[in-house]
Formats: sequence, C-alpha cells, structure tokens
Amino acid sequence: MTEFVHPALLFILGAVPIPFLNGSIRKAYLLLIPVLAILAVLAMQPGSYGAAQFIGQDILIAKVDKLSIVFATVFTLMALIGMVYALHLTEAGQHVAAFVYVGSALGVVFAGDYLTLYLFWEGMAFASAYLVFAQGGEKAIRAAFRYLMVHVTGGVVLLGGIVLHGLASGSLLFGPIEAGMGPGVYLILAGFMLNAAVPPLNAWLTDAYPEATVTGAVFMSAFTTKTAVYVLARAYPGTELLVWLGTAMALYGVVYAVLENDCRRLLAYHIVSQVGYMVAGVGIGSELAVNGATSHAFAHILYKALLFMGAGAVIYVTGRRKLTELGGLYRTMPVTVALYMIGAFAISAFPFFSGFVTKSMVVAAAGQDHRALVMLALTMASSGTFLHTGLKLPYYMFFGTDRGLEAREPPGNMLVAMAMAATLCVAIGLFPGPLYALLPYPIDFEPYTGAHITESLGVLMLTALGFVIFLKALDPENTVSIDTDWFYRKGARAFMWFAERPLARYEKAVSDVSETAVLPFLHGSARAGLRLDLHGVDGAVNGVARSILDGGGVLRRLQTGVVTHYALAMIAGLIAAIAVFAVVWQ
Amino acid sequence: MIKRIVDFFGDEAHARQRRRLFYLVLVLIVLADFVVPREHAEYLWERLPGWSAVYGFVSCVLLIFVSKFLGHQGGLMRREDYYD
Repeated sequence: MTEFVHPALLFILGAVPIPFLNGSIRKAYLLLIPVLAILAVLAMQPGSYGAAQFIGQDILIAKVDKLSIVFATVFTLMALIGMVYALHLTEAGQHVAAFVYVGSALGVVFAGDYLTLYLFWEGMAFASAYLVFAQGGEKAIRAAFRYLMVHVTGGVVLLGGIVLHGLASGSLLFGPIEAGMGPGVYLILAGFMLNAAVPPLNAWLTDAYPEATVTGAVFMSAFTTKTAVYVLARAYPGTELLVWLGTAMALYGVVYAVLENDCRRLLAYHIVSQVGYMVAGVGIGSELAVNGATSHAFAHILYKALLFMGAGAVIYVTGRRKLTELGGLYRTMPVTVALYMIGAFAISAFPFFSGFVTKSMVVAAAGQDHRALVMLALTMASSGTFLHTGLKLPYYMFFGTDRGLEAREPPGNMLVAMAMAATLCVAIGLFPGPLYALLPYPIDFEPYTGAHITESLGVLMLTALGFVIFLKALDPENTVSIDTDWFYRKGARAFMWFAERPLARYEKAVSDVSETAVLPFLHGSARAGLRLDLHGVDGAVNGVARSILDGGGVLRRLQTGVVTHYALAMIAGLIAAIAVFAVVWQ
Repeated sequence: MIKRIVDFFGDEAHARQRRRLFYLVLVLIVLADFVVPREHAEYLWERLPGWSAVYGFVSCVLLIFVSKFLGHQGGLMRREDYYD
C-alpha cells in the first residue's frame, strides 16, 4: 500500500484532531492535510486498491485511473485553496465538516464499486449540509433542512437503483453502464442527475448555496456537482438524454441569473449553467467531448470558487448580499475587484483564461458530432455567462450606484486564497498543456487559432455592447424567483394544510360521530342485547329444553313393548324408504 | 497599480476615455474577424466574418428580454416574502 495512500482517508481521519488543536498549530495542520493529499494524488499509480468481499459482493475501495486522477487533483488543490480562505475561522465545526466533505468527494472519485460510492455519497450530503446549518438563522436552517431532505431522497433513489442494478447485472462494480438494463439504471441516473443539479432537479443548489456560510459556500460550489459530473462521465458517457438536458441546463441557469438579486444565488445559477456544458459533453460521449467535460470541470472548480470567494468577501465585509443594496465598493476593495474579475474572465472563456481552453473543447466536440443546435445554444449561454458574472454582478456589486457602504479589503488569508485560484485560472489559460496531459484520452485540440480567438471576442464584446445599451433593463429587482423548489416548498405547505385542516377535521368529525352517535348506539344495543339474552335467548333455550323433555315423555309412551306395534312401525318405515328411493332414482 | 486600473473602470472622470476605448476594441475585434484565416469552417455561419459579433449581440438582447418577460409576465419573479 505504499504506492497508494487514499486521500479520502487523509481528510476524514485528519478531521478528528481539529477540535483539539488551537491557534497557529491548528492553522498549520489545516494546511498540512490538503498538501499531503495533493502529494498523495501526485504520487499515485493507476491500479486497483483495497479489493474485498462484503455480503458476497466484490468491493473495490479505490480504482485509480486517469479520469479519477484529474478530479482528485483539482479536488485536493481546491481543498487547499478553500482551507486558506477559511483559515480565519475559529470554530472547529466548519473545518471538520469541510474535511469530511472533501474526503467523501474523494471517496466517490476513487470508489470502485457502488456500495463504497454510496457510502461516500451520503457522507458528502451530510457534511455539506452542516456548512449551511452553521450559518444559523431561520432562513439558513430551513434551507439546510430542505437541502438535506432533497439529498436524502436522492440517496434513497440511488440506493434503490444500485440494488436493482446489482440484481440485474450480478455485480456492484462501478463502471460504464450498458444501455437497456432496466429500471435500476434509470434510478442511478436520476440520483446522479440530482447531484449534478440537472433541471428539474436543480433547485436544491440555488436554494441552499446562497444560505451557506461565506467559507462553506466556496467548498460547496466545488465538490457536489463535480463529483456528479465525474460519476456521469464514468457510468453514462454517450447518453443522448444528457446532451439535451445539459444544453437546456446551460440556458436555464442563464435565464434565471437575469432575474436574480442575491449575488451568490446568481453565481449558483451559473453553476447550473456551467455544469450544463459538462453534462452535455458527457452526453456526446466522444473522446474530445469527455476530455472537454473533464477539463471544464477542472477549470470550473477553480474559477467558480474564485467567484464565490469574491462574493463571499463582499458579504463578509458588508454583511449584505442583495445587488439592490450593494454598489460602489471598487474604491475600498480594489484587490477583491481585480481578483473577482479574473474569475469572471475565466468563466466567460476570454482568451488566455482557463475557461477558453476548456469550454471551447465541449463546443468543438458538439460541432464535430454534427450537433449545430447544441453548439449554437452553448455559444448563446456563453454570452449570458459573461453578461451576468462578468458584467451585471460586478457592475451592481462593485461599481454602479455608490451606496456609501463602509468596506475594506477582506482578511489577508481570503485574498491569498483568491490569488491562488486566480493564478491557476490564468496559468491554465496561458499554458493548457499540463492540464491537457492529465485528461483521460489523448488529445489533439488547439484552442488558440485566430478564428477561435476573434469569434470568442466577438461574442463576448458585443454582449458587453448589449449590456451597455440595455443596462436599465437589467437593474436588479427585489424579488425571488420561482424554481422547481416551488413544488416541495409549496407542496409541503399544502401537505401541512391538508394534515392540519381536512385531515384533522375528518379526524375530529369521526371522533364526534363516535361520541354522539356511535357510543350511545353501542350502549343501547348492548342493553338491547342483554334484554334479548335474558328474554329471548334464555327463553328459547328453556323452551327447547322443555320441548325435548315433553318429546321424551311422548317417546317413552311410544315404547309399548307390544311386538305388533314394532312390526307396524317397521313396515311403515320400509314403505317410506321405498317411496324415497322411487322418487330419487327417477 | 491594481487600484488605478480598477479606478479607471469605476470613476466617472474616465467615462469618456472608457467609452472610446470600448468602441475602439469593438471595431478592432470585428475587423480582425474579417481578416483572420478560416481553414476548416464546417458550418455555414463559421464562414461568415462578423457572424459571432452579431450572434453575441442578438444572444445578449434575447437573454435579457426573454428572461425578463418570463420573470414579469410569466410569473417567475415574486415578492421576497413569497415563501414566508
């Protein structure tokens, strides 16, 4: 086992001592574990580790190949950045939850069988829910409960699918699923799609992430949806349904982002949109497409975390989160603005930023696969991405109307974490080679062609022109948007109303009827029964007894002892018997 | 240095310069799209110079107005206490 140290183990076991450490020792420890995990991932060799048997099933704790290594690399890098960002926190709970969350995500990425995967899958749900609970306050706690309930439901669906699939295929090993294997396959797909926030199963994300703690949301933005992209890429490459859902998702997030007023909820809708590219890439399923989806997940984790860190810094400093209440912060937070904008350029796929070398791979794969419509829709979504994260959000958050907010730059550790992510966003954009070398398939893709650069800039800069012209139409409004969480938020209310009103009334009516009508009726009938018993039944029994007694007396009189009487009776019986035979044997 | 760049984009004093720079960049990009070599253009629109600029602008306008239409007329946007 020297060539393989499971990074999930490092994080999950490594979380135990955190509450017992203090001050700078704890800070050093919080950074040491992610660094060790990065080294463990760099050192690991492809292969299978930790094979065992459990209730007659093959278990494979860790299956290392190129696909899992890419995700593990970015997960451990992100864990380090996220930890730097959260370093100023004194409460141990959030650090422990973040460690368990990251560890579980790594556990899913290396899981070689469905049971291991499921175990870590649930670990992620619970650990991440804590990051929302930790925010405190009624809104956050309600959102956290909704988040937990949705994920527990998704987990049950996944487990059901795993059991059915295991029974159908005879193996629980996790790998590409062949099509047409029954309902289990679809249940697993539904469970995976829920975590990837594919509409209509997307609302948990945009509901809970903006309610999480400033540092917790940074972790959440990175891990849950991207582990889902990983499992989809592993098990469902080339599923036609995912192409269309992914494309729809890319536009869905952008449309909702126009309507959004909460800065982190706007960014959360852009997670939905960006994960749409990855889901579509997985659905297309060609080598270029899966490479595109994987590399886009890699780049996305870094720039999205950077954006969440920027918005988080604003919330940390001002305590406000609505665009209608923010503005004019560029004077006091210039470094935050600059670092945020690097993330914004990266997500918008500006040339020389990370999104450019990864997103374009998915779009090119759609083109190669002769899917013109998908290509156009994804390009339109890119325009929307820049419109919101690159223009609308920074304009209303940092520039726009100066609200005279008292602000300053966030603590140094936050800026350092943002700078780390920003450096990687630019480095990947300038030198895509090392990232391309990590990808699961050999790659023959050149992002920096003249036509590609001018086309991208054309789309992006003319989007900026549209923004400038129609700025007034984009003014944020004090509203919330109805998403598919409406069904369970209003649905739960309807259920409670049903339980409290009609059901409770029915229950009361039934008990009223039983008290006013049924009970007296039962009393009465019991009394009547007693009377019947005393007079009727007893009388009848007595009567029968009396008549038997009388009959006995008559019979006694029949026994005369005269032979002729007996002979006569026998003859009469014989005649009767013949008569019966004659009738029956007709 | 960072502060000066950020101030350039924020301060009202630089509004004219900013606008000029923006339009200059727009013109340069559209011009560049006309001269750039296109080797393997698979789709019709990839052969049209300036297409991406038009598509970007149309996308932006469509996204703004279709979304706002859905939000206001489609009833997606509700008062903040909608769920309370």
